[in-house]
Amino acid sequence: MKLTKTIHMAFGSIMSNKLRSFLTMLGIIIGVGAVIILVSIMDGVTGQITDAFESFGMNNITVSITSRGSTRYVEPEDMYEVLDENPDLFTYCTPNVTLQANLKSQTSSESERVSVTGIDETYDKINTLVTEQGRFLQFVDIDKMMKVCVIGTYYEREYFGRGEALGKTLKINGEPFTVVGVLEEKTDSTENSSDQCIYIPYTVASKMSWNRTIGSYTITMTDANKVQRAKAVLERKLTKILGSSNFYRITATQEILDELNTILDTMKMALVCIAGISLLVGGIGIMNIMLVTVTERTKEIGIRKSLGAKKRSILTQFVVEAATVSGAGGILGILFGAVVSALAGKLLDITIIPSFFAVMLAFSVSVAIGIIFGFLPAKNAANLNPIDALRFE
Amino acid sequence: MAQGQVECPVECREVCADMNKIPFVEFRNIYKIYKMGDSEVRALDGVSFSVFEGEFVAIIGQSGSGKSTCMNIIGCLDVPTEGTYLLKGTDVSKLTDDEQAEIRNKTLGFIFQQYNLLPKLNILENVKLPLMYKGLKESEQNKRAMEALERVGIADKYHHKPSQLSGGQQQRASIARALAGAPSVILADEPTGALDSKTSAEVIDFLIDLNMQGNTIILITHDNFIAARAKRVIRIHDGKIIYDGVAANDTIIRQTLLSQKEGEA
Ligand SMILES: Nc1ncnc2c1ncn2[C@@H]1O[C@H](COP(=O)(O)OP(=O)(O)OP(=O)(O)O)[C@@H](O)[C@H]1O
Ligand SMILES: [Mg+2]
Repeated sequence: MKLTKTIHMAFGSIMSNKLRSFLTMLGIIIGVGAVIILVSIMDGVTGQITDAFESFGMNNITVSITSRGSTRYVEPEDMYEVLDENPDLFTYCTPNVTLQANLKSQTSSESERVSVTGIDETYDKINTLVTEQGRFLQFVDIDKMMKVCVIGTYYEREYFGRGEALGKTLKINGEPFTVVGVLEEKTDSTENSSDQCIYIPYTVASKMSWNRTIGSYTITMTDANKVQRAKAVLERKLTKILGSSNFYRITATQEILDELNTILDTMKMALVCIAGISLLVGGIGIMNIMLVTVTERTKEIGIRKSLGAKKRSILTQFVVEAATVSGAGGILGILFGAVVSALAGKLLDITIIPSFFAVMLAFSVSVAIGIIFGFLPAKNAANLNPIDALRFE
Repeated sequence: MAQGQVECPVECREVCADMNKIPFVEFRNIYKIYKMGDSEVRALDGVSFSVFEGEFVAIIGQSGSGKSTCMNIIGCLDVPTEGTYLLKGTDVSKLTDDEQAEIRNKTLGFIFQQYNLLPKLNILENVKLPLMYKGLKESEQNKRAMEALERVGIADKYHHKPSQLSGGQQQRASIARALAGAPSVILADEPTGALDSKTSAEVIDFLIDLNMQGNTIILITHDNFIAARAKRVIRIHDGKIIYDGVAANDTIIRQTLLSQKEGEA
């Protein structure tokens, strides 16, 4: 007997008892749905985090100086020296000075409290920024401590209007800065997005900061795989300057991302295991219903046997029926999961696409559950004695 | 006299042995004993007989005499407690479940008192079942099933569910199902038990017709008039054969027919 024919028969028997079949499938629907939803959301979140990190630059190492205010500090020259000594490891380095400052346009009287970043001329290469209008900061700006700034599209639109910013002046802590460049829009020019940024020479920024020192450096490596060597070189240098390894912290984007991914993967596995329990419960539900079905249909089995059905035919019939129920449950669960994860994606504002792998796995697992949990009842059916089955009322 | 009748088929077998005349069905001292607590029911109590190709045998007896038990063993649906059952010369007890299933499928055709059609399938699908288990192609299944339905005269009802047919039509459908696989032996356990006398007569006529066409038929009944129409009668009483021979020579049948004639006169 052909498998398609058997599946067709199984569908007939499922459709003849729709409510019961649906309730039987429910466990599988919820289980498969939960797996799809969790995997999709976790993948979406992981993807978003990876994207965020990639925009920081995967080759980047951040050195934070924690001894601020002490007598020892790291000069930019020290860092440039390390770079010059290790051209095989490092490409660029920029100091980072972050200030909280009052920002206002030249004309307005109201100012807002914003974060201003002091950097050097390599910052745009390190963080892959594109200057759309005007120019980025240059060596002379840093060297001569020019009062110039490069702004993101959020400030451009807020203070000047599109394409109107170049050459205009912004006041930072009361000091006038000329806008020399506007960066390309990265997201949507809204507040708190990466388009809300303002960069000035670090030399100027450090002078404006309360302790006049540089808090951190961002360094790019030639290759993310050389992170261990790069860290060792930096550690040696910084310990020498600062006297102790307690006064600085080195973090590589790659390492953080790896760690985060490990945590997310573990979380994903844990969630999938929990969802897997509902699949197990669904499987037991199928087994239960199949046992009932076999008892109810004992007479049918007897008739089929009297007409020459072999054990295999009966076994296949009931296993296929169980697998069809759970497979159909799996498909409904996938649809349910896809719809819910799409909605969740909209709500959380992340891109969520159920992976083909997750879908195929969910479907195969649900069919496998039907086969495994349907086997015992089907075996019982196949082993029925023809005359006892036929006499059963 | 009865004794002589019993031995007739045995002689025949001996005579025809080298002419390849193995009996279709051969019971050698078959017992079927049900144990219920301390008491035991001897449903078959040492039964021996043979049925040859082309015969029309009626097994008759009172309710509880062991007719169905006998039929179930012939049909490989049940196994005897003791004794040997040879089907076409093969000891059935030596066959696996699947080999027995294959014999049921290829050699035997069952007609049950309660029709035993599957209620969720339509008539055509019901008739196709034995053909499906034969492993025939779908088109061949349809062709043969429709032919069988035509033979019993309900081809126009092929797409009806069993519940939409009358009892007589359902019995025809079950006959069609038994015929579809072209079995060598048709086993009918009280096929007319649930039918009125006119429909019963039609069904019996049909079985006689089939026998004329060469089918071997074993019919179970407790109705003497029906048994009277068979060539050979085996009468069972309390699990034992008390008569095996030509229908007309059975005392009870003769008396029944006589009393009916008197009634008419
Ligand atoms: N499964 C069983 N368990 C116990 N006893 C049984 C079983 N099946 C049949 N019997 C007994 O065996 C005897 C013969 O039963 P069987 O069904 O062969 O009778 P029958 O001649 O077909 O009767 P009827 O004409 O009523 O169908 C009866 O006494 C019955 O009670
Ligand atoms: Mg009976």
